[in-house]
Amino acid sequence: MSRKARVIHGCEVAGLDVFVPVVRLLSGEEPSRQIAEFGRSVGIPLLALGVFLLVWAGVASQIETSIGRVPGPAAVWEQGKALVGDHYAERTKEAQFYERMEGLKEKYAEEGRPWKDRRYSGKPTFLDQVGTSLATVFAGFVIASVVAVPIGILCGLSPTFYAAMNPLIQIFKPVSPLAWLPIVMIMVSALYTAENPFFEKSFISSAVTVALCSLWPTLINTAVGVASVEKDHLNVARVLQLSRFSTVRKIVIPSALPFIFTGLRLSLGVGWMVLIAAEMLAQNPGLGKFVWDMFQNGSSQTLAQIMVAVFTIGIIGSLLDRMMITLQNAVSYDVRSS
Amino acid sequence: MSVLPELGGSPRPTPPAFFEMNGVGKSFGPTESATEVLRGVNLEIREGEFVAIVGFSGSGKSTLVALMAGLLDPDQGSLRILGEPVTGPGPDRGVVFQNYSLLPWLTVRENVLLAVDQVFPKKSAVERADHAEHYIEMVNLTAALEKRPDELSGGMRQRVAVARGLAIEPRILLMDEPLGALDALTRGTLQVEIERIWARDKKTVVLVTNSVDEAVLLADRIVPLKPGPRASLGPSFPVDLPRPRDRKALNGSVTFQRTRNEVTQYLIEMQSRSTPAMSALGRSLPDLEPADLRPPRASFRS
Ligand SMILES: Nc1ncnc2c1ncn2[C@@H]1O[C@H](COP(=O)(O)OP(=O)(O)OP(=O)(O)O)[C@@H](O)[C@H]1O
Ligand SMILES: [Mg+2]
Repeated sequence: MSRKARVIHGCEVAGLDVFVPVVRLLSGEEPSRQIAEFGRSVGIPLLALGVFLLVWAGVASQIETSIGRVPGPAAVWEQGKALVGDHYAERTKEAQFYERMEGLKEKYAEEGRPWKDRRYSGKPTFLDQVGTSLATVFAGFVIASVVAVPIGILCGLSPTFYAAMNPLIQIFKPVSPLAWLPIVMIMVSALYTAENPFFEKSFISSAVTVALCSLWPTLINTAVGVASVEKDHLNVARVLQLSRFSTVRKIVIPSALPFIFTGLRLSLGVGWMVLIAAEMLAQNPGLGKFVWDMFQNGSSQTLAQIMVAVFTIGIIGSLLDRMMITLQNAVSYDVRSS
Repeated sequence: MSVLPELGGSPRPTPPAFFEMNGVGKSFGPTESATEVLRGVNLEIREGEFVAIVGFSGSGKSTLVALMAGLLDPDQGSLRILGEPVTGPGPDRGVVFQNYSLLPWLTVRENVLLAVDQVFPKKSAVERADHAEHYIEMVNLTAALEKRPDELSGGMRQRVAVARGLAIEPRILLMDEPLGALDALTRGTLQVEIERIWARDKKTVVLVTNSVDEAVLLADRIVPLKPGPRASLGPSFPVDLPRPRDRKALNGSVTFQRTRNEVTQYLIEMQSRSTPAMSALGRSLPDLEPADLRPPRASFRS
């Protein structure tokens, strides 16, 4: 492969197809076609986004609610900047607090008075909430994957095991996170009784709820991928007399990998969607709680703040998806997905 | 048409059968509506012999190979290798599958190495790597060592499959139309290659092919498979041509012409004798039409 071909291939695997025309253009390949291509893949989406913002601005200014006028794009943007600003202000305050504490501690030591460490008790900022949400969704996603991939492999390998699992899968798959959460919270309260818990209970509850709702796509896709391993490939293993374990490790899992990653991608998507609801209900510090708190506030800023949250949720969700597509492309051996 | 009985007319004492099939039959599908693909297949192969099996598309050649490999169990009859019943597949019977069966997530090197690693666990890693590369070089694919199957042409894939089949150094190599997807030129080169490898290792080879020319060029003996259903093997046609065989020189050879015509004649006769319905399906002599470029994926259930 030439260097150009490698760069283009890299772009495609990373899901950055948009830049392929740029690479081609820079290498002087059919300039007019590449410009047209770039216009379609970048210009048109930008244009559509512009139209959306205009319509939003136009419609928003017409609607009056009990807590003021619906904010337009500009107000939401300002609110976003304010929320980020708050974060840094809060961080500065925190740093100052600890600085003051250090000073006090020294003074106490000099005076021979006993000292007890105190933690800064400022409320979590919007960015903190985003961080918590990401941590929660990843925790849930990891739990889901660790459970779903092995079970999926067993389901795919053994029709008997699949027959045993199938009713459970059918029954539990459609259950909403809102139904799981109370059960999970009660169970976590009963079972998770560490003295000085490293994780908050609310964090565990949200993560487990995310896992319960998001493990199904991975489980089902893994099972399908394993079951649809080519008979011919298994015949290769049989001729070589690969052990059962080697066959699974060297033939079955690699051949099911694209399916498994498709499942993981869907799972992460579901998990992220479920998380917001779970956090709202579990009062786990995260985006869901942020939205809920803002809603309870009912200030003139509420709508703009929630809209910032909506955009953040959307953008993070699609970034997570992009990330999974990249992984998926990296492991898929014959078909390149979108 | 001189039809010789199997192994008949040989003045030498018959060596013990290296591989034999006795009354082998195979059906597919549920018992009520089973299609009987093979019935009463008898075949005896001597050690070091090069046997070619020619037959029409769909007559059961791949099924026969799968039975010989042990990938399928026969419904009737028995298969023996050196007197021992065949109970399942094993690396003593190497298979070059009709549809290559390369693992698409592995490179050429890894595909061959997977087989080598499994079959020669006692060799060191370096020895195994050398071994694999040696066979890849033999099929002229050294330049494609690090490529994955989806970056290879159909012919290159078949060569990888041949390299993998050879690399495990089986006692008997079963090749199911290994050159089917190749252009005439590459096909010729690889035919020479196959003959050379066979002559060097004196390996027992069963070559399934749809080309009578190829069979005459390479084999010691040609066994036609009659058109199915309920196909069985026809009489053997020994090929009395000196080796190494040179394709160009052979074209003028009377023996070559005669053997080829005999086999072709036999196949055509068998074809016209099978039910008219079968002929109406448009089955023509396989070596008169271009080789099926994308053979149907055969799948074997045991
Ligand atoms: N697993 C299977 N289940 C049912 N029928 C099968 C199966 N495998 C093969 N057959 C049938 O057996 C017959 C012979 O198939 P086979 O693949 O052995 O033919 P072939 O001679 O190798 O053909 P080709 O030259 O096209 O490769 C076909 O009619 C096919 O439909
Ligand atoms: Mg076949």
